[in-house]
Amino acid sequence: MVNDSILDVKRIREDFPILRRRINNKRPVYLDSTATTQKPRAVIDAIVNYYENYNANVHRGIYRLSEEATDLYEKSRKNIGNFIGAREDSIVFVRNTTEALNLIAYSYGNLLREGDEILTTIMEHHSNIVPWQFLSRKGVKLVFADINPDGTLNMDDFIGKINKRTRIVTVTHVSNVLGTINDVEEIGKIAHDQGAVFIVDGAQSVPHMPVDVRRINADFLAFSGHKMLGPMGIGVLYGRKDILESMDPFMGGGEMISEVHTYGSKWAEVPLKFEAGTPNVEGAVGLSAAVDYLRSLGMDNVRGHEKYLVSYALERLGSIEDIQIYGPKDPEKRGGVISFNFRNIRSERIHEQLRKEGIMIHPHDVATILDMDSVMVRSGHHCAQPLMERLDVPATSRASFYIYNDRDDVDALYDAIGKVRGVLRI
Amino acid sequence: MSERDYELDNIYMEFILENYRNPKNYGSMDNPTVERSGSNPLCGDEITIYLRIENNRIVDVRFTGRGCAISQASASILTEMIKGKDLDYVKGLKEEDLLSALGIELSPARLKCAFLSYRVLKDSVSGF
Ligand SMILES: Cc1ncc(COP(=O)(O)O)c(C=O)c1O
Repeated sequence: MVNDSILDVKRIREDFPILRRRINNKRPVYLDSTATTQKPRAVIDAIVNYYENYNANVHRGIYRLSEEATDLYEKSRKNIGNFIGAREDSIVFVRNTTEALNLIAYSYGNLLREGDEILTTIMEHHSNIVPWQFLSRKGVKLVFADINPDGTLNMDDFIGKINKRTRIVTVTHVSNVLGTINDVEEIGKIAHDQGAVFIVDGAQSVPHMPVDVRRINADFLAFSGHKMLGPMGIGVLYGRKDILESMDPFMGGGEMISEVHTYGSKWAEVPLKFEAGTPNVEGAVGLSAAVDYLRSLGMDNVRGHEKYLVSYALERLGSIEDIQIYGPKDPEKRGGVISFNFRNIRSERIHEQLRKEGIMIHPHDVATILDMDSVMVRSGHHCAQPLMERLDVPATSRASFYIYNDRDDVDALYDAIGKVRGVLRI
Repeated sequence: MSERDYELDNIYMEFILENYRNPKNYGSMDNPTVERSGSNPLCGDEITIYLRIENNRIVDVRFTGRGCAISQASASILTEMIKGKDLDYVKGLKEEDLLSALGIELSPARLKCAFLSYRVLKDSVSGF
């Protein structure tokens, strides 16, 4: 294993004002970037600069300031599209991944009929399950492909479940619980061979590795700005242009029309057709600055850094007795996410019946105890309850890594985990 | 925000831990007068409370379920509080009563854990 990261984490940390904070007089060890990332000074400055120098409503004014604001907004679209290998006219700004997936479920869902099928996986976030459940009202069937014991997608099961009725295949690129990196290129090929459209939930991939929509065969790609150093409230739906053009609008109102008459309207061109109302210009500008920041590090380096950290974490946490780690053991197949549990604790100190069954230390207690050392991990079902059921646990603890984390953070996690049984005296 | 907000008092006091590791009244009950379950969607905790009620009195109480230390200890302490008591006492019980019996300060998220058993208990006596 390499001992040095490709990224200069000490320098990177200086770019993140929040990491200077002390919580309980301790350095914050932020290990919840899967939920949302911290923001570098460059992103904060871009937003302030927008409001101090360019704020006006976009696509409306004839005056100079409005044109400049529009120009900034549209340049951001182009820059962000460029980041994923897409042209700006196939980039729709939305609030987040959830909204992007709901947009497709609504607008593309309109084209589906009774008996059509949607194939997804058991490792999806609720945002890639619930919108599709809405379509069951019109008789569209939702089908789940299973996972293997190592947390990778069971491709045999997946292939067995795709058929001529499958109209949509929708899969997360990287699981926010297992860390599993799915072979979306291959899945996309299989989907297209069956004539289905292929949707990729990129919430956990676009921030962490190079993603090019052409390479992964995606017809749609959804991701959130706030999980990639950008502000909250801005997200992206990439869609193949001809498919976007064939779809009805999602919401109606200003901005998304070309003509409105009393009893009918014409839609604006894609992508504005899907952007009803005043958009989040500040968000687009901030996300564009985040993309510039990531590009300056190099996405290959970001991925390399996380691979290095996750293999170190797998090695360290893997050495702790009582800890069960979920997901692939191979860092090549895993993003910078580790879910774990203390399971089958058979302490002499516990109630006889509980001891016989072997209790699990609840992730909420783990997270509370880790927080005493300012080690911030997530605990709960991570908006993936079907996966929790599949793993047969109510919840897990989850640590996730990003560009501002280093080996010291993994060591802090390891040390804090070592205190859990002591605090509970179990 | 003051630093105080972030000062984490240790909520894992020995009294809490003892009730977590060795919960009182743990286990199911045959032929209870009433049996109710509830869950906390935030953490997936589930709890079932069984009551045997005779002449408007809780003559026996048990609970089963898994959860965090706070929810387990709280169920243990709550069931101890109501055993042998009149239904009127149970109906008059307030959240503050349980909190003062627990003797710890909890963050809003962990309050939900503490009140899971309380909610299920209130639900189980509502029909009497
Ligand atoms: C894989 C995955 N998909 C979708 C989402 C939803 O993202 P958002 O809440 O920004 O819409 C998340 C966020 O946790 C995620 O991890």
